[in-house]
Amino acid sequence: MGTVSTSPVELDEPEVVDVTLLARPWVTIVWNDPVNLMSYVTFVFQKYFGYARAKAEKLMLEVHHDGRSVVSTGSREEMERDVQAMHEFGLWATMQKADA
Amino acid sequence: MTHGFSRHRRSGACVATFTAFEADLLRSLAGQLIELLRNEEATPGSGDPLEELLDFSGPTSEPDDPVLARLFPTAYPDDDEAAADFRRFTEGTLRNGKAAAAGTVIETLEQAGLAPEPEEGVYIDVELDQADVMSWLRSFTDMRLAIATRLDVEEGDEDYWESLPSEDPRAQVHDIYDWLGFLQETLVECAG
Repeated sequence: MGTVSTSPVELDEPEVVDVTLLARPWVTIVWNDPVNLMSYVTFVFQKYFGYARAKAEKLMLEVHHDGRSVVSTGSREEMERDVQAMHEFGLWATMQKADA
Repeated sequence: MTHGFSRHRRSGACVATFTAFEADLLRSLAGQLIELLRNEEATPGSGDPLEELLDFSGPTSEPDDPVLARLFPTAYPDDDEAAADFRRFTEGTLRNGKAAAAGTVIETLEQAGLAPEPEEGVYIDVELDQADVMSWLRSFTDMRLAIATRLDVEEGDEDYWESLPSEDPRAQVHDIYDWLGFLQETLVECAG
Protein backbone atom coordinates (compact mmCIF):
# COMPACT_ATOMS: atom_id res chain seq x y z
CA MET A 1 0.00 0.00 0.00
CA GLY A 2 1.03 3.58 -0.41
CA THR A 3 2.57 5.63 2.32
CA VAL A 4 0.39 7.77 4.49
CA SER A 5 0.56 10.44 7.13
CA THR A 6 -0.71 9.02 10.39
CA SER A 7 -3.03 10.90 12.66
CA PRO A 8 -2.88 10.57 16.43
CA VAL A 9 -4.12 7.26 17.73
CA GLU A 10 -7.72 7.40 18.87
CA LEU A 11 -9.22 5.09 21.43
CA ASP A 12 -12.44 3.56 20.18
CA GLU A 13 -14.95 1.41 21.96
CA PRO A 14 -13.61 -2.07 22.71
CA GLU A 15 -13.64 -4.32 19.71
CA VAL A 16 -16.60 -6.71 19.77
CA VAL A 17 -15.63 -10.27 19.09
CA ASP A 18 -17.81 -11.87 16.45
CA VAL A 19 -19.53 -14.84 18.03
CA THR A 20 -21.93 -17.03 16.17
CA LEU A 21 -23.25 -20.53 16.54
CA LEU A 22 -24.17 -20.74 12.89
CA ALA A 23 -21.87 -22.16 10.30
CA ARG A 24 -20.37 -19.28 8.34
CA PRO A 25 -18.52 -21.09 5.63
CA TRP A 26 -17.34 -18.30 3.29
CA VAL A 27 -14.82 -15.49 3.68
CA THR A 28 -13.96 -12.30 1.80
CA ILE A 29 -10.23 -11.72 1.44
CA VAL A 30 -8.65 -8.36 0.60
CA TRP A 31 -5.16 -8.56 -0.92
CA ASN A 32 -2.33 -6.07 -0.70
CA ASP A 33 -1.63 -3.90 -3.70
CA PRO A 34 1.04 -1.21 -4.14
CA VAL A 35 -1.49 1.47 -5.05
CA ASN A 36 -4.25 1.88 -2.51
CA LEU A 37 -3.50 4.23 0.37
CA MET A 38 -3.53 2.85 3.90
CA SER A 39 -5.88 5.64 4.95
CA TYR A 40 -8.28 4.85 2.12
CA VAL A 41 -8.34 1.11 2.84
CA THR A 42 -9.09 1.83 6.51
CA PHE A 43 -11.79 4.28 5.45
CA VAL A 44 -13.42 1.69 3.19
CA PHE A 45 -13.48 -0.95 5.96
CA GLN A 46 -15.13 1.55 8.33
CA LYS A 47 -17.54 2.90 5.79
CA TYR A 48 -18.70 -0.32 4.15
CA PHE A 49 -18.51 -2.85 6.99
CA GLY A 50 -19.27 -0.35 9.74
CA TYR A 51 -16.16 -1.48 11.65
CA ALA A 52 -14.77 0.71 14.42
CA ARG A 53 -11.61 2.54 13.45
CA ALA A 54 -9.39 0.25 15.56
CA LYS A 55 -10.70 -2.89 13.86
CA ALA A 56 -10.54 -1.32 10.39
CA GLU A 57 -6.92 -0.30 11.01
CA LYS A 58 -6.01 -3.75 12.30
CA LEU A 59 -7.40 -5.37 9.14
CA MET A 60 -5.68 -2.79 6.94
CA LEU A 61 -2.33 -3.50 8.62
CA GLU A 62 -2.85 -7.24 8.13
CA VAL A 63 -3.38 -6.62 4.43
CA HIS A 64 -0.29 -4.40 4.33
CA HIS A 65 2.07 -6.67 6.29
CA ASP A 66 0.74 -10.17 5.60
CA GLY A 67 -0.35 -9.52 2.02
CA ARG A 68 -3.97 -10.43 2.75
CA SER A 69 -6.66 -10.34 5.38
CA VAL A 70 -10.04 -11.94 5.91
CA VAL A 71 -12.30 -8.91 6.19
CA SER A 72 -15.71 -10.56 6.46
CA THR A 73 -17.30 -13.95 7.01
CA GLY A 74 -20.76 -15.17 6.10
CA SER A 75 -22.93 -16.93 3.56
CA ARG A 76 -21.83 -17.24 -0.03
CA GLU A 77 -24.39 -14.64 -1.13
CA GLU A 78 -23.23 -12.19 1.54
CA MET A 79 -19.61 -12.64 0.52
CA GLU A 80 -20.45 -12.07 -3.15
CA ARG A 81 -22.03 -8.77 -2.11
CA ASP A 82 -18.95 -7.84 -0.09
CA VAL A 83 -16.52 -8.75 -2.88
CA GLN A 84 -18.51 -6.73 -5.38
CA ALA A 85 -18.51 -3.76 -2.99
CA MET A 86 -14.73 -4.04 -2.51
CA HIS A 87 -14.29 -4.02 -6.30
CA GLU A 88 -16.48 -0.92 -6.43
CA PHE A 89 -14.03 0.73 -4.03
CA GLY A 90 -11.08 -0.46 -6.11
CA LEU A 91 -9.79 -2.96 -3.56
CA TRP A 92 -8.51 -6.31 -4.76
CA ALA A 93 -10.87 -8.82 -3.14
CA THR A 94 -11.59 -12.51 -3.62
CA MET A 95 -13.74 -15.05 -1.82
CA GLN A 96 -13.41 -18.68 -0.84
CA LYS A 97 -14.68 -21.27 1.59
CA ALA A 98 -13.54 -20.49 5.12
CA ASP A 99 -11.63 -23.76 5.51
CA ALA A 100 -9.97 -23.59 2.07
CA MET B 1 -1.06 24.78 -6.96
CA THR B 2 -3.83 23.13 -5.00
CA HIS B 3 -3.47 22.38 -1.31
CA GLY B 4 -5.89 19.49 -1.63
CA PHE B 5 -9.17 19.11 0.20
CA SER B 6 -10.13 20.55 3.54
CA ARG B 7 -13.35 20.61 5.49
CA HIS B 8 -15.45 23.73 5.23
CA ARG B 9 -15.97 24.91 8.80
CA ARG B 10 -19.66 25.73 8.57
CA SER B 11 -21.13 23.43 5.91
CA GLY B 12 -18.90 20.43 6.67
CA ALA B 13 -18.40 19.95 2.91
CA CYS B 14 -15.01 18.96 1.50
CA VAL B 15 -13.64 21.87 -0.49
CA ALA B 16 -10.62 22.36 -2.74
CA THR B 17 -9.33 25.00 -5.12
CA PHE B 18 -7.70 23.90 -8.37
CA THR B 19 -5.89 25.89 -11.01
CA ALA B 20 -7.47 25.67 -14.44
CA PHE B 21 -4.60 23.41 -15.51
CA GLU B 22 -5.17 21.03 -12.59
CA ALA B 23 -8.93 20.93 -13.07
CA ASP B 24 -8.48 20.32 -16.77
CA LEU B 25 -6.05 17.48 -16.04
CA LEU B 26 -8.56 15.85 -13.67
CA ARG B 27 -11.30 16.18 -16.26
CA SER B 28 -9.08 14.63 -18.89
CA LEU B 29 -8.15 11.69 -16.63
CA ALA B 30 -11.79 11.10 -15.73
CA GLY B 31 -12.71 11.25 -19.41
CA GLN B 32 -10.01 8.73 -20.31
CA LEU B 33 -11.27 6.42 -17.58
CA ILE B 34 -14.81 6.55 -18.96
CA GLU B 35 -13.51 5.88 -22.45
CA LEU B 36 -11.53 2.88 -21.24
CA LEU B 37 -14.52 1.48 -19.34
CA ARG B 38 -16.69 1.74 -22.44
CA ASN B 39 -14.00 0.81 -24.94
CA GLU B 40 -13.70 -2.88 -24.37
CA GLU B 41 -17.33 -3.87 -24.45
CA ALA B 42 -18.54 -5.57 -21.29
CA THR B 43 -21.06 -7.46 -23.38
CA PRO B 44 -19.67 -8.35 -26.79
CA GLY B 45 -22.37 -7.65 -29.35
CA SER B 46 -23.39 -10.27 -31.87
CA GLY B 47 -24.23 -7.67 -34.52
CA ASP B 48 -27.87 -8.69 -34.58
CA PRO B 49 -29.87 -5.87 -32.94
CA LEU B 50 -32.69 -8.12 -31.77
CA GLU B 51 -30.30 -10.68 -30.38
CA GLU B 52 -28.38 -7.93 -28.58
CA LEU B 53 -31.55 -6.58 -27.02
CA LEU B 54 -32.41 -10.01 -25.72
CA ASP B 55 -28.90 -10.79 -24.52
CA PHE B 56 -28.69 -10.03 -20.82
CA SER B 57 -25.53 -11.91 -20.17
CA GLY B 58 -22.35 -10.17 -19.12
CA PRO B 59 -18.74 -11.11 -19.79
CA THR B 60 -17.41 -14.34 -18.32
CA SER B 61 -13.68 -14.03 -18.86
CA GLU B 62 -11.11 -11.60 -17.48
CA PRO B 63 -10.71 -8.45 -19.62
CA ASP B 64 -7.68 -8.41 -21.93
CA ASP B 65 -6.57 -4.95 -20.91
CA PRO B 66 -4.48 -5.23 -17.72
CA VAL B 67 -6.06 -2.06 -16.31
CA LEU B 68 -9.55 -3.51 -16.68
CA ALA B 69 -8.33 -6.82 -15.29
CA ARG B 70 -7.19 -4.92 -12.17
CA LEU B 71 -10.41 -2.91 -11.92
CA PHE B 72 -12.46 -6.11 -12.20
CA PRO B 73 -10.47 -8.82 -10.42
CA THR B 74 -11.41 -12.49 -10.54
CA ALA B 75 -13.52 -13.15 -7.46
CA TYR B 76 -12.98 -16.91 -7.26
CA PRO B 77 -9.30 -17.59 -8.03
CA ASP B 78 -9.71 -21.37 -7.76
CA ASP B 79 -13.10 -21.87 -9.36
CA ASP B 80 -13.37 -20.84 -13.01
CA GLU B 81 -17.07 -21.55 -13.30
CA ALA B 82 -18.04 -19.54 -10.22
CA ALA B 83 -15.65 -16.78 -11.32
CA ALA B 84 -17.34 -16.61 -14.73
CA ASP B 85 -20.79 -16.45 -13.13
CA PHE B 86 -19.72 -13.74 -10.71
CA ARG B 87 -18.28 -11.71 -13.57
CA ARG B 88 -21.39 -12.15 -15.69
CA PHE B 89 -23.59 -10.77 -12.91
CA THR B 90 -21.35 -7.99 -11.59
CA GLU B 91 -18.97 -6.59 -14.20
CA GLY B 92 -21.56 -4.59 -16.12
CA THR B 93 -22.82 -2.95 -12.93
CA LEU B 94 -19.29 -2.25 -11.74
CA ARG B 95 -18.33 -0.69 -15.07
CA ASN B 96 -21.38 1.55 -15.02
CA GLY B 97 -20.72 2.56 -11.41
CA LYS B 98 -17.10 3.48 -12.11
CA ALA B 99 -18.03 5.40 -15.26
CA ALA B 100 -20.75 7.24 -13.32
CA ALA B 101 -18.29 8.19 -10.58
CA ALA B 102 -15.84 9.57 -13.16
CA GLY B 103 -18.79 11.41 -14.72
CA THR B 104 -19.50 13.03 -11.35
CA VAL B 105 -15.91 14.31 -11.21
CA ILE B 106 -16.30 15.95 -14.62
CA GLU B 107 -19.72 17.34 -13.74
CA THR B 108 -18.47 18.83 -10.46
CA LEU B 109 -15.57 20.55 -12.19
CA GLU B 110 -17.70 21.96 -14.98
CA GLN B 111 -20.41 23.15 -12.60
CA ALA B 112 -17.64 24.89 -10.67
CA GLY B 113 -16.81 26.83 -13.81
CA LEU B 114 -14.30 24.73 -15.74
CA ALA B 115 -14.71 25.88 -19.35
CA PRO B 116 -14.15 23.63 -22.39
CA GLU B 117 -10.94 25.59 -23.10
CA PRO B 118 -9.94 26.89 -19.67
CA GLU B 119 -7.97 30.10 -19.51
CA GLU B 120 -4.85 30.48 -17.46
CA GLY B 121 -5.27 32.33 -14.18
CA VAL B 122 -8.74 30.91 -13.55
CA TYR B 123 -9.32 29.03 -10.29
CA ILE B 124 -11.90 26.29 -9.85
CA ASP B 125 -13.44 25.96 -6.38
CA VAL B 126 -15.12 22.64 -5.82
CA GLU B 127 -17.35 21.74 -2.91
CA LEU B 128 -18.28 18.09 -2.42
CA ASP B 129 -21.23 16.80 -0.43
CA GLN B 130 -21.10 13.31 1.07
CA ALA B 131 -22.27 11.53 -2.07
CA ASP B 132 -19.82 13.46 -4.25
CA VAL B 133 -17.00 12.61 -1.83
CA MET B 134 -17.60 8.89 -2.35
CA SER B 135 -17.65 9.29 -6.14
CA TRP B 136 -14.44 11.32 -6.11
CA LEU B 137 -12.70 8.87 -3.76
CA ARG B 138 -13.65 5.91 -5.94
CA SER B 139 -12.58 7.73 -9.07
CA PHE B 140 -9.22 8.79 -7.62
CA THR B 141 -8.70 5.12 -6.82
CA ASP B 142 -9.61 3.97 -10.33
CA MET B 143 -7.38 6.60 -11.94
CA ARG B 144 -4.46 5.64 -9.71
CA LEU B 145 -4.99 1.92 -10.36
CA ALA B 146 -5.08 2.62 -14.10
CA ILE B 147 -1.89 4.70 -14.10
CA ALA B 148 -0.07 2.31 -11.75
CA THR B 149 -0.92 -0.64 -13.96
CA ARG B 150 0.34 1.16 -17.08
CA LEU B 151 3.55 2.22 -15.29
CA ASP B 152 4.10 -1.10 -13.47
CA VAL B 153 4.22 0.60 -10.09
CA GLU B 154 5.42 -1.77 -7.38
CA GLU B 155 5.58 -1.73 -3.61
CA GLY B 156 8.48 0.38 -2.34
CA ASP B 157 9.74 1.55 -5.75
CA GLU B 158 9.73 5.28 -4.86
CA ASP B 159 13.52 5.56 -5.29
CA TYR B 160 13.32 4.26 -8.84
CA TRP B 161 10.80 6.91 -9.84
CA GLU B 162 12.82 9.59 -8.06
CA SER B 163 15.90 8.56 -10.05
CA LEU B 164 14.32 9.09 -13.46
CA PRO B 165 15.21 12.34 -15.26
CA SER B 166 12.36 14.82 -14.97
CA GLU B 167 11.91 14.99 -18.75
CA ASP B 168 11.18 11.25 -18.87
CA PRO B 169 7.47 10.95 -19.74
CA ARG B 170 7.13 8.04 -17.32
CA ALA B 171 8.42 10.24 -14.52
CA GLN B 172 5.90 12.91 -15.45
CA VAL B 173 3.04 10.42 -15.41
CA HIS B 174 4.28 9.11 -12.07
CA ASP B 175 4.17 12.69 -10.74
CA ILE B 176 0.50 12.81 -11.71
CA TYR B 177 -0.02 9.47 -9.94
CA ASP B 178 1.59 10.89 -6.78
CA TRP B 179 -0.46 14.05 -7.06
CA LEU B 180 -3.69 12.03 -7.27
CA GLY B 181 -2.55 10.15 -4.17
CA PHE B 182 -2.02 13.44 -2.35
CA LEU B 183 -5.50 14.64 -3.33
CA GLN B 184 -7.04 11.36 -2.25
CA GLU B 185 -5.21 11.45 1.07
CA THR B 186 -6.59 14.91 1.85
CA LEU B 187 -10.08 13.85 0.77
CA VAL B 188 -10.02 10.73 2.98
CA GLU B 189 -8.90 12.94 5.85
CA CYS B 190 -11.79 15.32 5.24
CA ALA B 191 -14.33 12.49 4.89
CA GLY B 192 -13.10 10.37 7.82
